[in-house]
Amino acid sequence: MRDVVTVRLRVNGVQYERVVEPRLLLSDFLRESLGLTGTHVGCEHGICGCCTVMVDGLTVRSCLMFAVQSDGAEVKTIEGLAEEGKLHPLQDAFGEHHALQCGFCTPGMLFTALEVLRENPRPTDREIREGIAGTICRCTGYHHIVEAIKAAAQRMAQEPK
Amino acid sequence: MKPPVFKYRRAGTVEEALSALAEYGGEAKILAGGQSLVPMMNFRLVRPAVLVDINPVQELDYIRVEDGWLRVGARTRQRSLEKSAEVRQSCPLLAEAVKWIGHPQIRNRGTVGGSLVHGDPSAELILVAMLLDAQFIIQGKGKSRTAGPGDFFKDFLTTAVNEDEILAEVSYPMAPPRSGYGFRELCIRHGDFAIVAAAVQLTVDERGRCSEAWVAVAGAGPKPLRIRGAEEALVGSDGSSRVLDAAAARVPEEVDPISDLKGSEAYRREMARVFVRRALEDAWSMVKER
Repeated sequence: MRDVVTVRLRVNGVQYERVVEPRLLLSDFLRESLGLTGTHVGCEHGICGCCTVMVDGLTVRSCLMFAVQSDGAEVKTIEGLAEEGKLHPLQDAFGEHHALQCGFCTPGMLFTALEVLRENPRPTDREIREGIAGTICRCTGYHHIVEAIKAAAQRMAQEPK
Repeated sequence: MKPPVFKYRRAGTVEEALSALAEYGGEAKILAGGQSLVPMMNFRLVRPAVLVDINPVQELDYIRVEDGWLRVGARTRQRSLEKSAEVRQSCPLLAEAVKWIGHPQIRNRGTVGGSLVHGDPSAELILVAMLLDAQFIIQGKGKSRTAGPGDFFKDFLTTAVNEDEILAEVSYPMAPPRSGYGFRELCIRHGDFAIVAAAVQLTVDERGRCSEAWVAVAGAGPKPLRIRGAEEALVGSDGSSRVLDAAAARVPEEVDPISDLKGSEAYRREMARVFVRRALEDAWSMVKER
């Protein structure tokens, strides 16, 4: 019989408990077991960055982590980025600056950008480009993405904490 | 793709990890950050029957400076190394090199020990370990042993860590006074695997002449190489651009690259020279300022 394990974790503030096979990737767990399909799966081997989510406050590629490893963790997916129905400033900026075309990379791109801004609230263009290099957009939309991240940085600096 | 079926064992201590390895013999593999292992499993290039997860092993998560050495626990995340003030102070070359490992998402999970034991010849951490003669502590059941990089790195993806052992610690000698370093990497995009990478460290004496030199290249052989000819050309010199040219000119004859999709053997040989030259320039201008 195949090995199964119980995973207890919080996703976007909601507590879940599921029995899973150890080989279930966190990306598939979020999508298939919890129905949170906002996390997109691109390459499944850690190159494209689409499946980036936050685990205990840090970005990780959910296709390179087993669900069982997130036992006890606090996970944030794109479904949890807006708070109380209000979009995050990065999400607003992405809309305003046309920082997405097909939208496939967007969930991963937003978390990548969020970490960039959290560590460096006033990044230069170059720092933004290096910071998001691990997430690939195939609509060649980087220019607008960089513009959106800069705009969000300004807005977040003005907002009361 | 999806990884194949395996049995999962969580280890909270080194002892538990070693017991699990002993229990399953050669069937088990250590799961640390998973940033190399999991993609290989997703591709089904490897099919370990058992994974022993050492992520909860807190005792291997540390960075400390002791007796002139920077000691790093094998389970320390690469991101912790990157952000550590102690690392920047005691071994700035290492701090610089870490930034070249993948992307933040990779470094948030990837561990120091995982990268070293994986043994990819283009890995930045292996290059630095080779350059600085890092020391490794390999832990087995009831016994531990130490190894230098020459013994630790055996071949392509092969290290001295046996099936029933785990890497516990790697330590780097602190940067000597009046020293400078350079780290240069050629890759298609920032964060990609290195095509070639060069790391150098130089020290000067009171008269401003080079007293010691370390030069190493990754991506130009089955493991990173020290370039002894270049080091010899530097020691005792005044670091003039002619000396740096001559030292870099020794690189092509000492490396042993292969041809692949990212570059031919001849291209890598030449780029190894060019990137060593640039790293030497960086290192020398750093020591001149001191």
